[in-house]
Amino acid sequence: MFTYLTKKTLEMLITFVGITIISFAIIHFAPGKPTDVLTDLNPKITPEARAKLEKYYGLDKPVTTQYALWMKRVVMLDFGESFSSDHRAVWTKIKERLPITLYINIASLLIILAIAIPIGISSAVRRHTLYDKITTVGVFVGFAMPGFWLALLLMMFFGVHLHMLPVAGLKSAGFAEFSFSQKVIDILRHLVLPIFVSSFGGIAGISRYMRGSMLEVIRQDYMTTAKAKGLTPGKIIYVHGLRNALLPIVTILGLSIPGLIGGSVIFEQVFSIPGMGQLFYMSVMSRDYPLVMGILTIGAVLTLAGNLFADLGYAAVDPRTRR
Amino acid sequence: MKKSTVRSRFRANKMTVAGGIIVLCLFLAAALAPVISPYDPEAVNRHSVLAAPSLEHLLGTDDLGRDVLSRMLYGAGISLSVGFVSVGIATAVGIALGAVSGYYGKAVDAAVMRFVDIMLSIPTFFLILAVIAFLDSSIWNIMAVIGLTSWMGVSRLVRVEFLSLKNREYVLAAKASGASDLRIILAHMLPNSLAPVIISAVLGIAAAVLVESALSFLGIGVQPPTPSWGNILSAGKDNLEIAWWLSVFPGLAILVTVMGYNLLGEGLRDIFDPRLWDERS
Repeated sequence: MFTYLTKKTLEMLITFVGITIISFAIIHFAPGKPTDVLTDLNPKITPEARAKLEKYYGLDKPVTTQYALWMKRVVMLDFGESFSSDHRAVWTKIKERLPITLYINIASLLIILAIAIPIGISSAVRRHTLYDKITTVGVFVGFAMPGFWLALLLMMFFGVHLHMLPVAGLKSAGFAEFSFSQKVIDILRHLVLPIFVSSFGGIAGISRYMRGSMLEVIRQDYMTTAKAKGLTPGKIIYVHGLRNALLPIVTILGLSIPGLIGGSVIFEQVFSIPGMGQLFYMSVMSRDYPLVMGILTIGAVLTLAGNLFADLGYAAVDPRTRR
Repeated sequence: MKKSTVRSRFRANKMTVAGGIIVLCLFLAAALAPVISPYDPEAVNRHSVLAAPSLEHLLGTDDLGRDVLSRMLYGAGISLSVGFVSVGIATAVGIALGAVSGYYGKAVDAAVMRFVDIMLSIPTFFLILAVIAFLDSSIWNIMAVIGLTSWMGVSRLVRVEFLSLKNREYVLAAKASGASDLRIILAHMLPNSLAPVIISAVLGIAAAVLVESALSFLGIGVQPPTPSWGNILSAGKDNLEIAWWLSVFPGLAILVTVMGYNLLGEGLRDIFDPRLWDERS
């Protein structure tokens, strides 16, 4: 177990450094300087003042030195100061945006698992039935559905036509005067559509993998043995089958985390949710380099954390990996 | 042949045909756009702003009075070219790295696969967004960036194929007769590992179409006045209360297109992979 953990930690460290190097390289080799944005706002700026700005941000030093300096500060959660006019610390900006993005992503993950696993199992068990065919068609549609289009349709239907759900932001007007329970209900009402949209594609994907994985397991000898022992069909599927069929799903969940995090840019933008995705969109549009790097790094850390959870989950389900 | 085998091969063929027809229609729409479009896709008409679908404008007009049907027909060409070029790039990179990794093994393999793991751990959409916004969002940049962030699956597939092929007798024979590494890789091993690559390329086009439309929807993909399904939808979002046609039709086109490529890819997979004939239908 100890060597397993050491190996995993080492792999994660290498991956983390690799991700930051790639992000850093891309941002710094892109044409256009971050100081252009600052100076564009103030056309009267002199070349001397521009050079001073570049020096302040360390942009006159070689890229490798800039990276080393940046990395040294990142270890202490110091991502520097945002280029935007408020000049606030990058970490402070991320910190206030991160929770809502995390809540939405975790809620969607739980919903994906809660819906996709039963659908996958039941369509594997009832292969070739009408139910299986209907879920298969549903999966094909779900796979192909652009998330932002689904969001638009739902906004149009539930928001504009039925006036049932709010379509933007997290809080209604007059939120401050609400009682506590009203506040909770208000936020939940705002979150229904975003969480639905962000879990929709995942439900299709995971239920398909679950079906394939379960079909694979059903053919195994130990399932026949379990049947021969006279166990009930429910026990065979849910005790002997499920545990083995879940293994590939754990891996795929780990792999799907970067997609979920990346997707938050789209739905946070569509639903005007003040989360990390929206912050990233704004930082990219204004070429706020420290903020872009900060969010890319945090995104990488979240992905690695997700992978670690997946590995631990794998180890929990399959004792063989612990050796 | 067993009954279930026949049934699943027939089903695979149905999927392939359905997907193929959708993709073919897309090609036709793109190729014939200049002929069959009722209007100039970029012609602004101040007298028919946000007109609902009618006989005059079958799918309505947008916020500048441009004909939505014409814009969607031209948008098909954009979607098609982004899909094919970016997947072409991804496939080329993926084959090159996967082949080198599988053929040489050992340290090369370890390094390449670590790089693949790193690329898979980056929230790709973040990376694409950053690069596109820093470069300018020309269609070539979009194709290149989508291609360069989606080759990892192909490289893994090619690597696995190469690992299993490299000790086959015909490869060893070619080596013994003094063929160069490049020749063995390109002439002997690659043709024998193309089936999974083609399937993953077809499925990759679907993914690329989705990414392009999402970028254009966010306003950093294909820039107006050039029409793309994503940027029509972007106008749809701004006029959600008054112009449903701007949101419904382009989205439907994306959905059907992506489904077409997926059906084609899955169908081909079922046909190519004999292991699936009995088991998973």
